[in-house]
Parts: sequence; C-alpha cells; structure tokens
Amino acid sequence: MIRLERRPEASQVMSYASPLIAIVLMLIGGLLLFAFLGKNPLEGFKVFFINPISDWYGVSELFLKATPLMLIAVGLAVGFRANVWNIGAEGQLIVGGIAASAVALYFHEAEGAHVLILMVIAGGIGGMLWAAIPAFLKIRFNTNEILVSLMLVYVAQLLVSWLVHGPMMDPDGFNFPQSRMFEDSALLPLLSDENRLNLAFVFALGALLAGYIFMFRSFAGFQMQVAGYAKDAARYAGFSAKRMIWIGLLSGGAMAGFAGMSEVAGPMGQLTEHVSSNYGFAAIIVAFVARLNPVGIFFASLLMALLYLGGEQAQQYMNLPSSISNVFQGMLLMFLLGSDVLINYRVCWKEARV
Amino acid sequence: MTTAADGGDELRLELHGITKVYPSVIANEDVSLSVKRGEIHAVLGENGAGKSTLMKMIYGVAKPDAGEMKWEGEVVHVENPAHARSLGIGMVFQHFSLFETLTVVENVALALPDNPDLNQLAEQITEVSTRYGLPVDPQRLVHALSVGERQRVEIIRCLLQNPKLLIMDEPTSVLTPQAVRKLFDTLRQLAAEGCSILYISHKLDEIQELCHVATVLRDGKVTGECIPAEETPKSMASLMIGKELPIPEHTAPSEPGEVRLQLNRLCKVSDDPFGTELQDIELEVRSGEILGIAGVSGNGQQELLYALSGEEPINDADAIVICGRASGRDQPDRRRSSGMGFVPEERLGRGAVPRMSLTENALLTAHQAGMLKRGMIQFDKISAFARKCIDDFNVKCGGEEHAANSLSGGNLQKFIMGREILLAPKLLVVAQPTWGVDVGAAAFIRQELIDLRSEGAAILVISEELEELFEISDRIAVIAEGRLSPAKKLSATNIDEIGVWMSGMWDQSAVAETAHD
Repeated sequence: MIRLERRPEASQVMSYASPLIAIVLMLIGGLLLFAFLGKNPLEGFKVFFINPISDWYGVSELFLKATPLMLIAVGLAVGFRANVWNIGAEGQLIVGGIAASAVALYFHEAEGAHVLILMVIAGGIGGMLWAAIPAFLKIRFNTNEILVSLMLVYVAQLLVSWLVHGPMMDPDGFNFPQSRMFEDSALLPLLSDENRLNLAFVFALGALLAGYIFMFRSFAGFQMQVAGYAKDAARYAGFSAKRMIWIGLLSGGAMAGFAGMSEVAGPMGQLTEHVSSNYGFAAIIVAFVARLNPVGIFFASLLMALLYLGGEQAQQYMNLPSSISNVFQGMLLMFLLGSDVLINYRVCWKEARV
Repeated sequence: MTTAADGGDELRLELHGITKVYPSVIANEDVSLSVKRGEIHAVLGENGAGKSTLMKMIYGVAKPDAGEMKWEGEVVHVENPAHARSLGIGMVFQHFSLFETLTVVENVALALPDNPDLNQLAEQITEVSTRYGLPVDPQRLVHALSVGERQRVEIIRCLLQNPKLLIMDEPTSVLTPQAVRKLFDTLRQLAAEGCSILYISHKLDEIQELCHVATVLRDGKVTGECIPAEETPKSMASLMIGKELPIPEHTAPSEPGEVRLQLNRLCKVSDDPFGTELQDIELEVRSGEILGIAGVSGNGQQELLYALSGEEPINDADAIVICGRASGRDQPDRRRSSGMGFVPEERLGRGAVPRMSLTENALLTAHQAGMLKRGMIQFDKISAFARKCIDDFNVKCGGEEHAANSLSGGNLQKFIMGREILLAPKLLVVAQPTWGVDVGAAAFIRQELIDLRSEGAAILVISEELEELFEISDRIAVIAEGRLSPAKKLSATNIDEIGVWMSGMWDQSAVAETAHD
C-alpha cells in the first residue's frame, strides 16, 4: 500500500526535484494525449519537442520566445516571494507595448539611439503604471491584488484594441487594425544577421542576474522573503509591508512592460491587437516551475518557449489545434502542484496493517 | 497523594521498547512505561528529551519505528488521532491545534465524531467550563483569545469526550496560581473517576503535588522512574538534567540609573472587538533594574506589548519615551535603533521565521549591527553572529544553517533571547521569557536577564508566571483589565498581595504607600 508520511523537515531535494517530476509527467501526459487523438505518440513527441530545435535557427527562435518569459517571470518572482500576487503581467506587458509604440510612432522617421532608449523607459514605466493601480488600491483600500491586476488585463486588451482601430492605426494600412511598421531606429538591434534574436535577450540575462543578486544577496530581497514566509515576523522586525507591496508589484510591472517593448520593437516591429501570446500568464507558470529562482527561470523559460514552438509545429504538421500548447502548459502547472506534496510528505511502501 | 485512586492495578496503557528515529535524531529509544487506571503519571524531561514525540505516538500523530503499545491489555496500532479518540485517549497539546477563524464551539464540534447541535454543545461547554473552573465564552472567535484562554478550550474539548486517558502537555504554563489549583482539583477528580492522566511537565513542584508516579526521560531514554512524593525536587532534577539544577544568582540591585523607558498616560483602543483597552498606563523602567509586570493572560498584555514593540504604533508620540526619544509613532526598526530589544511571546512565526535558517533569523533583527554593506547582506558576519549566539546561549541545534522550526521551543527561545541580548540593548522588553521552556533552559534564561540588568540594561518582563517574576524582578507591577498598578519594590510585597492585585484590586492606600518608597 502506498502511504504519504509527513517529513519532519521540508525536503530541499524534493523542492528542486518536484519540477523535474512534473516535466516528466507532462511528457507522459502529452504522449497519451497524442495517442488519444489518434496520432503516433513518438511522431508527436518528435514534432513537438525535437523538430523546433533541430537546427541553430530553431534554437535562436527558442531564445527569442524565452526572452519575454524570462523578463516577466523574474519580475513576478520578486513579488511572489513576498506573497504579492501580481497575476496581471499580461496587461502590464500590453500597456508597456503601447507606451513604447507611442514613442516609436511619435519619433517616426527620426534617427538616433534616443528613440530606443526612450522606448525602453516608456515600456517600463507603462508596465509600472498599470501595476501601480493594484498596488495603490491594496495599500489604500486593502483590495485583493490578484483580482484587480487580473481584471486590468482585460482593460488593457480593450485599450490596445481601441488604439489600433483608432488613434494609432496605420494611415496607409488598408484599415487593418495595426500600427505603422517601426523605423529601424525604433527596432532592437539583432545579435546576428542569421536570425531574429535581438538585444532584449541580453537584457533578459542581465535581469536574471540582477534578480538573483536582489533575492539572495540584498537585504531588501531578504525582507521580501521574510514577509512571504511569516508576515508577523516581518512586522516584528519592522519591515514595511507597504514598501514590499510597491516593490513586488512594480518590479513585475516594469519587467512586463519592458517585455512588451521588446515584442513591439523586436519580432513584431509594430503594435497589433496581439502584442502578447499570453506571455504574461505563461510567465506565472515559469516562475512557479522555477521555484521563484532566477537560475530555474532561465531553464523553465526555455521549456515554456519550447511548448510554444512545439505547439506551432504540431498545428502545422500534425493538424492539431493551436490550443495544444495551452494544454501542455496546464498539465505542467497541474503536475507541479501535485508533485509539491512530496516536499512535505514522503511516499512509504508499507504493508497495510490488519 | 501516593496511591492511585481505587481501581486496583488494572493497566490501562503499556508501552514496551518504543523507538522513534527521525532522519537527524533519535527521538525515543527503547522507552517503556505503564499507566494504571486512575493514575496520574508524570513524564518528566527537558526540552528535546522526547516527551512530546512519545505522546504523539500514543495519540496516533506519529508512528513508532519499533516497540509495542498495549491499550487495556491488547496490542493496538493507533492509526491517527481520531482512532486514538475512539479508544478513549484525549490530548491537550503544548502548541494548540485550533482554527483561529472559527468560534470556540465550532472548534470543539470539529473534534467530535458526529455533527453535534451547536447550541446544545455551547451549553455543554459552559457547563464543563464552570464545573472545572475554565471560564470561556463558547461564541468567541479563537483568534481573539489569549494563549491561556486557548488552552482552556483545548482542555474543555478533551473533557467533553469523557476520555479514559488524558494526555496533558505542559498544561499549567499559562494559568494563574488559582487556576492551577482548580485544574489540579479537576485532574484529581477525573483520576478518582477512573481516568488515567499522562502529565508532561518540567515543573517539579507541580509533579510532586499532583502525580502518583513519574517516568523521567533524558535524550530519548528512560533514566528513571520514581514516586514524586518520596523524592526531593533536587533528586528529580538531577535525574532529568543529569546534573544539579542551577539556581539564578540574584546580585543585589545597583542604584537605578537613567530612565530608559517611560510611558505617559498610554491609552490604546484595541482594533480587536474582544481586545482589552489600555487605559492611562504610567510606567518607568530605569537602567540597571528589572521591572516585572504580572497579570492573568488577556488583561491587556498583548496590546501593551504591541504598543511597546512598535508593531502597532500609536498616535501619541509622547506616550512612549524610549531612551529619551518620543517613540509612540515609531516603527519597530526605529525603536531598535534607539536601543530597544524585544522578545515576543510567539517564537515561531513572529520572533523567528519557521522555514528560515538560524543565520537568516539572526539577520531579522541584527541587521542594524553592521551586517549590511550598501544594502547587501554580509553573510560571513551574520553567520558568525548566529554561531556566537548558538555557542554563548547553549542552543542545541544541528548548526546555524538549520531551520528555526527544527529546534525545540526552549532552544529557539534561547536563540531569540541570545540574538536580542548580543545586540547589547539599552532597554529589553521580554514577553513570557520561559513559557514552555524546561527548568534548565529557564534558569539559564533568567540568569542571562539578571546579568544583562547588572551590566546596566533596563529590562521590562511581562510574564504570567508569578514565581518567575519574584525570582528575577527588582520591582513588580500588575496589569488588570487594561490598567497598570503602581510598581512595588520586591522586598515590599509578596505573592499573596500581587495575587490580589491581579484581580484589579490595588487600592489608594497601596498607591500612597509606594509614593513614599
């Protein structure tokens, strides 16, 4: 008989092994899913997980997709460690994208590095402003930041939709709901001529490093972790709860806003209704799979990016619906939450007592 | 009190060779004991001696790795607490297992097998609580109850199930002397009715007064079995800690120096609808003295402590003056930089973060002592500080990298005390310094407090244990219903007088008398 027995101390090993178990279970679940859909599971596995990264261009696309995920997940993790639950990174990404696009369109036909620099600043501030709303409301009226930040996602989606149908629509665009294509001066420089990977990837790696230092070396990061583990202890030590709410939400907002900028000034080159491909939500899963640890976020973002690419391939070559990516993402999160039981419990194989 | 109540030698519970091994420690090794019907059986031992683990195995919370348990002559494997309760075993835990957001009666209902009618149950609770002198309002929410009141709920919850064996883990730590006497009457009454009682404690006088038989544990093993009435506290202490009990040396009080803490008509309305309102509290603590505040739990101690620590700052800055600074509005960290240290009543979750290492927990309040450099943590300094704290204060633990929740209550308390004392506070405010701590550790902590005051610190101790206050204080005051009595010199008062004051009756003559001191 299988029994769960409580561990005397939470297992460190398991807290890192649990995401790996979840990944394996997700793969098994995926193979079963392919089989149920009448596809050859091994063929499905190959199309989904091998084909997208079978050449260097594929790998560069993987890094490109992973870039916004890394940026957002590390920003969110800062807040999550203090139990500040910013679920609205998707909206903050959109608003960051809008703000950066506004700068790009304002400086249309202008030359010089200042355009990009201003776009980065505008993107970050846009995301922060959107995240400041739930922060302010939580501090002032004790509202729930989960609900407020989530609802603001839909407001942001409607906002971008209105803008590309109206004020920001391309005047020569045959009424397509999208902005003008950006000039070269408003596009992030590519790292190589062979692919689409751009400077934002370097920024993302920098953000991971900065996040690591903040979380594990700085006193502010320590304070946030204390607040996350034991609120009363944070109050006893005199750590300001308001400050943590601000840091938690604004860091997520800034990073999501910058990710939005990196999309419009990167692979998209313009503002459309579909600035984001649910990166803001996928990054939440990334942050949890990574145990809110920047090193983990690097790998989890690559995995999540692979699910995006694999989903596209499966759509193209196996006639599967595009939602297959979401199914994999969902399975990953579900199996992770399930395997987390093993952090505090261990499985015992014992004979049932009579 | 040497013979068990009528019922003969019928054995209710037998343990044979019980062993429990945890990955890092052997909690129990080959423990055997037997409890007769109607017997009050003490399990005596220091913190970490394995008392609680043993009781948890009897109650089905943990499973033994080896050994056998017999219940009324038959071998049983207790699967879980519900199983234990169905056998007739009840347990009052040292750390309470109550849902804070539910009322007393709802909490009690949860432990009962079927769905009782809440109104009827509330009446039963009131009945039991008056019968056994454990007053509690069944409709109150548990989060609004003081520690002492929560324990009453736990005891009542067990008594409602008419147990055949009642396990009590450190039950008297938060009761008044009168309530302890009432509890003992209750327990004797229960024993006379045939209920067996396993009484875990480290208070030797209580065990001598109450228990028929005592089993002594040290480092997980049985080191002796005795009849307490035939022993002296000294002989039992040496069985328990393996050496003689240290008695704190109370050096003569030096001349009190400057005023380090002054409360000027401190008033505070509690946010909590069941809280106590603080009214016009006046107080002075000087350098080189220990001022003790006695009182029954729930009389404003919590509110006073929150106001003092800064966890709930008050609007009137001048009402609290810390080392010369009007601090009423200051946050805790600002008060700490004025020179105040603070040890709260709750160790896990407030005084320390359960999941964090001792090193990180040292950083919690020691960060102002040069542990930071441009906002970055100096890990080598902080772990050296934690190591010093562990060494100087005899904290038994696996090392400074182990989590706070892996320590026993007494050892964590020593660590928190050590952390605050090593920061060399000018003023130290301590709540319940030795609550649930074994004799050895308690004596150690008291000695540290006395030494700190002799070095010139001002110390305010709020405790519900009168004996402790009489052991360490230079002056003593009483808090009752949110008001504070005048402070009296220890030599000018006695336990009886303070006991009367604890019910709020200090008259004008007492005030006049102290004015002449």
